[in-house]
Amino acid sequence: MDICIDKDLVIVGGGPAGLAAAITAKENGIDDIVIIERDKYAGGVLRQCIHDGFGLQMFGERLTGPEYAARYEEKAKELGIEIKLNTFVLDITGDKIVRTVSPDDGMVFYKAKAIVLAMGCREKSRPAIMLTGERPAGVYTAGLVQRLINIDGFVPGKEAVILGSGDIGLIMARRLTLEGVNVKAVYELMSYSSGLKRNIVQCLDDYGIPLYLDHTVVNIHGKDRVTGVTVAKVDEKKQPIPGTEEYVQCDMLVLSVGLIPENELSKGAGVELNPVTGGLFVDDNMSTNMDGVFACGNVVHVHDLVDFVTIESNNAGKCAADYIKGKKNEGEAIEVIPENGVRYVVPSTVHKNCDRKTADFMFRVGKVYKDARITVYDGDRLVRSFKKSILTPGEMEKIKLAQMDIDSASQLRIGIEE
Amino acid sequence: MKREDTVITCIACPNGCDIKVSFAEDGSIAKLEGYKCKNGITYATAEVTAPERILTSSVAVVGGEFKLASVKTSKPIPKGMMKDAVKALYSVKVNAPVKVGDVLVENILGTGADIVSTCVVEKV
Repeated sequence: MDICIDKDLVIVGGGPAGLAAAITAKENGIDDIVIIERDKYAGGVLRQCIHDGFGLQMFGERLTGPEYAARYEEKAKELGIEIKLNTFVLDITGDKIVRTVSPDDGMVFYKAKAIVLAMGCREKSRPAIMLTGERPAGVYTAGLVQRLINIDGFVPGKEAVILGSGDIGLIMARRLTLEGVNVKAVYELMSYSSGLKRNIVQCLDDYGIPLYLDHTVVNIHGKDRVTGVTVAKVDEKKQPIPGTEEYVQCDMLVLSVGLIPENELSKGAGVELNPVTGGLFVDDNMSTNMDGVFACGNVVHVHDLVDFVTIESNNAGKCAADYIKGKKNEGEAIEVIPENGVRYVVPSTVHKNCDRKTADFMFRVGKVYKDARITVYDGDRLVRSFKKSILTPGEMEKIKLAQMDIDSASQLRIGIEE
Repeated sequence: MKREDTVITCIACPNGCDIKVSFAEDGSIAKLEGYKCKNGITYATAEVTAPERILTSSVAVVGGEFKLASVKTSKPIPKGMMKDAVKALYSVKVNAPVKVGDVLVENILGTGADIVSTCVVEKV
């Protein structure tokens, strides 16, 4: 017979989001918590992100990923929070039953009063960008290469080409170079890098690795193992320009072509997804459209900095605790709508008449803007505007609105004006 | 000797400030512009005199729950020594358990920086 255990709070995912949500819920009086983690360790992707630069917002220090994770793991341990490792969530049902399976415990069901979704995101792979060519070994996503090198101690090639200049791709260009791999170049389809500026400096410029913008890989060569790739320049429509093809010899192609929130479980449970990002619609309490189901971190929207994941997850943990204790947010909620170049906004609804001075709104733009304004409208009335010297799709934007402004609005529309 | 003015992108934090460095006739720094905090001054000054970086890498662990322990240098080391330092770590093996902050190698390649663990590896 299957075992069904009653729990106040079940958290799906033991990465930075899940750990922070659990800690905050515990600190807010919820004792009966379990975190479900499919990997053999907690901390999520931080464990393989051995480079530094984490924690500047939270701790004012430049920590490495494992150090950042260790702080939260230790705190969770101190508070006696149960973490089930090597445990996979099969599905979540509408009545908040989380069905799990693990080699140690077999099938175990949890009946939760509240759930926090903290599954994070995953990398887009070769089929997602429809790369043509042969199908040899040696085509990896950047995060996989990172795991192979930093966790398993295995360098999977000697000459690398990197497609995509997202942060993980840039970080891996440096890591591969330091491990003795000849990194030929980084190719980026767009006219700008989606990575942070400082990563271009310290990961590419430091090692003389060229970055080619407006370029892509059009063919992969090799029967058993990658022997090379054909790259080409692209036009404004991002189509390869005939005659610009060039052959680059390599034995690995590393893909850093974007991240998508991992929401298969959410979809199965009936939680509403944002079709623009694959993330989730949440309100200012990090509550999804399902009663008692909260979400935080990269499963909601992909963040640049783990510090912001932690801040968001603290909020989710606090609100889940309030929900379990029966505290409901009675205030009227209004819609927050992205427009004019803003792709999405988190949260997508916000409560009026709350006991707080300000509320945060996070979003990304669809293209690069220079000397533009972020505008917030209620109907035709301009509520607030913020001057920005630069806005890029690669960097998440964060604005604060006064609760007063929210109280007096019937809807908020956030956009960009040039 | 007069050096040409240059722009340094600060890597101290994700702001990535572009800091303009102007030099005096004798080659010393005359003016720094465009930084948002004092880390920018420190970084840009070092970058045009003796560029340094924190190195992060890993070392082999014997008898632990993981094969590797992630590590960093206790302070920045000269940029040109990064690859040699990684090579030097290939021959290092440490015994589990390892805690965050354990010094695994002292004074790596005479830089004055120690190699410090950044993770926990329990003994199995």
